[in-house]
Amino acid sequence: MKLFEYEAKEIFSKYEIPIPNGGLAHSPTQAREIATRVKAPVAVKAQVLVTGRGRAGGILFANSPRETELLSRKLLGAEISGLRVQSILVEEKLLIRKELYFGITLDRSSRNYVAIASSEGGVDIEETAATAPERIVKVLVDPLYGFRPYHARQIAKKLGYMMGQMQELSAIFLKLYKVAMDYDVELCEINPLIETAEGKFVAADARAVIDDNALYRHPDFQRRLTETGMAELTPQELETRKMGLAYVKLDGNIGVIGNGAGLVMATLDAVQLYGGNPANFLDVGGGASSDRIAAALNLVFSDPRVEVVFINVLGGITRCDEIAKGILEVKARKGFVKPMVIRLVGTNEEEGRNVLTEAGIQVLNSMEEAAQRAVEMAKTGR
Amino acid sequence: MGIFVDSRTRAIVQGITGTQGSFHTELMLNYGTQIVAGVTPGKGGTQVHHIPVYDTVEEVLKEHEADASVIFVPASFAAEAAFEALEGGLKTLVIITEHIPVRDAVQIMARARQEGAVVIGPNTPGIITAGECKLGIMPANVFKRGTVGIASRSGTLSYEIAGGLSTRGLGQSSCLGLGGDPVVGLSFVDVLTEFQKDEHTEAVVVIGEIGGNMEEGAAEFISTEGYGKPVVAFVAGRTAPPGIRMGHAGAIITGRAGTAQSKIEAFKEAGVGVAEKPSDVAKMLVEMLKEKDIFGG
Repeated sequence: MKLFEYEAKEIFSKYEIPIPNGGLAHSPTQAREIATRVKAPVAVKAQVLVTGRGRAGGILFANSPRETELLSRKLLGAEISGLRVQSILVEEKLLIRKELYFGITLDRSSRNYVAIASSEGGVDIEETAATAPERIVKVLVDPLYGFRPYHARQIAKKLGYMMGQMQELSAIFLKLYKVAMDYDVELCEINPLIETAEGKFVAADARAVIDDNALYRHPDFQRRLTETGMAELTPQELETRKMGLAYVKLDGNIGVIGNGAGLVMATLDAVQLYGGNPANFLDVGGGASSDRIAAALNLVFSDPRVEVVFINVLGGITRCDEIAKGILEVKARKGFVKPMVIRLVGTNEEEGRNVLTEAGIQVLNSMEEAAQRAVEMAKTGR
Repeated sequence: MGIFVDSRTRAIVQGITGTQGSFHTELMLNYGTQIVAGVTPGKGGTQVHHIPVYDTVEEVLKEHEADASVIFVPASFAAEAAFEALEGGLKTLVIITEHIPVRDAVQIMARARQEGAVVIGPNTPGIITAGECKLGIMPANVFKRGTVGIASRSGTLSYEIAGGLSTRGLGQSSCLGLGGDPVVGLSFVDVLTEFQKDEHTEAVVVIGEIGGNMEEGAAEFISTEGYGKPVVAFVAGRTAPPGIRMGHAGAIITGRAGTAQSKIEAFKEAGVGVAEKPSDVAKMLVEMLKEKDIFGG
């Protein structure tokens, strides 16, 4: 789950990581009040869950409370990279001496967390990794031992800071590591981490992504994700989440349903290989009941762009007769609103196939033959 | 024969009294797997499919000899179960549970490194050494005894491909699911290394998907070390958009890293045959083994 900048900064300030003076506004009037309080010039920042927000016009600067109000009016309700701006962060504009980067993330190959710092802040860290790898400092963290004060000092030294500045900077690093662990983040970063003209350090931007599987430990965020409309998920995606389905909307016209993430991905690939375009990824998971498959089918049917539905099931713990039952439930209730191609093999294959054949539904054996068929149907309209 | 587990492996099942744990214990027993005991805190003294249940791993190990544990414990307690098994001295852990927080997974792996234990998973169908031992939830009927080793990041896709191999008369030595999570205990390189040492394995199938760089690692391993056995790879997710999780927590393209294209190219550069569709894997292996003149021999 991605956090908004203001949410991440609320956490930062709880951990005493310095952030700019400012506040969250939902209206131009509120924005004006904040600008008056923190004394303009200010930065006016759209709260949207996209990276590259600045380039997309989501960060503006105002020299007076009045200008803040005007710019806020422009930003609030506008769309940045396709997402509607519902709130803005108004913050004092900092006098910058230098922009740094600091982040904690997962290093999948070493199975550890890694602390990453760079003297090149304000740009995407991947960009720096590609163009100037020598400007990046990395420390792998042994989880049983932790990210220690001396690790933090090593990094601060390598970024070129000494004395009080080294202490101040390393303290921020340690606090961010604590945030990372306490909030189960996959990634949290301060970019840029600003060295101000006075030589102080301030987290000018904040990004945090909480591990979805750990959300049960963070009920406030879990609630925010599932109950309000401000989430990064579409209502459809939220609904499927609740049903235990993994759904991703794509932009083609062949709806795909299958069991197992790898198999469904391979099914999308096969559709594309034969010249078709998948409309979605939908994994019903292991051991799907007839209800779950019916819900999946209804969801795909409800997508107006879908012209053909392709079901690819390889039953292991999933039973083919349950799948067939779910398909027939949908048929009985509203009929098939769209043409379908079904491939069904594995556990209780015979039973599933028989039930469907009796109902006049053809079942195929090979996933690739079925993919080809689905593509043909989508092209010819039957 | 096979890797990590064989007919001598004695396993316990943690979470044996749950729906999944109990159901799959029966299927593992039917396959001939030696399950010596189960653990569910609070259910000690009962039995599941005639297998004695204990409250703690420590108690199990006072009464039974065991080398492995299959974990079905719910995600929020799974790390606890894994630590208990590791502290008890079990050297092979198969963690079936999905949705374990990644911070817990990182700690499990660190502890396992200390203990010198192997962790398969989390979020894995498990491991099967055909005809000998099944620690996991894969459908046994798709596998046939033979000489092809399979390492996969996806369950159903490995059944799809194993089934295709079996139909063409290519049986398997072992089939192992690495797990669909971002942090799992084994990499493709670890498993390739085991298959290389295993004299019963004559060829290996690597089934990868988007996310991380394990496939690139495997390609590098094969090209620098030379592998000596035919390898065929399949990579799922060529159509996956960046930044979005495709079902598995670990199946995500982050920034520029983890695309199917990068993995496919790495394999090709390393001289590994890359199958375009799942069914091509068997076709390619038949050809390669013919060339090697060991097919059918």
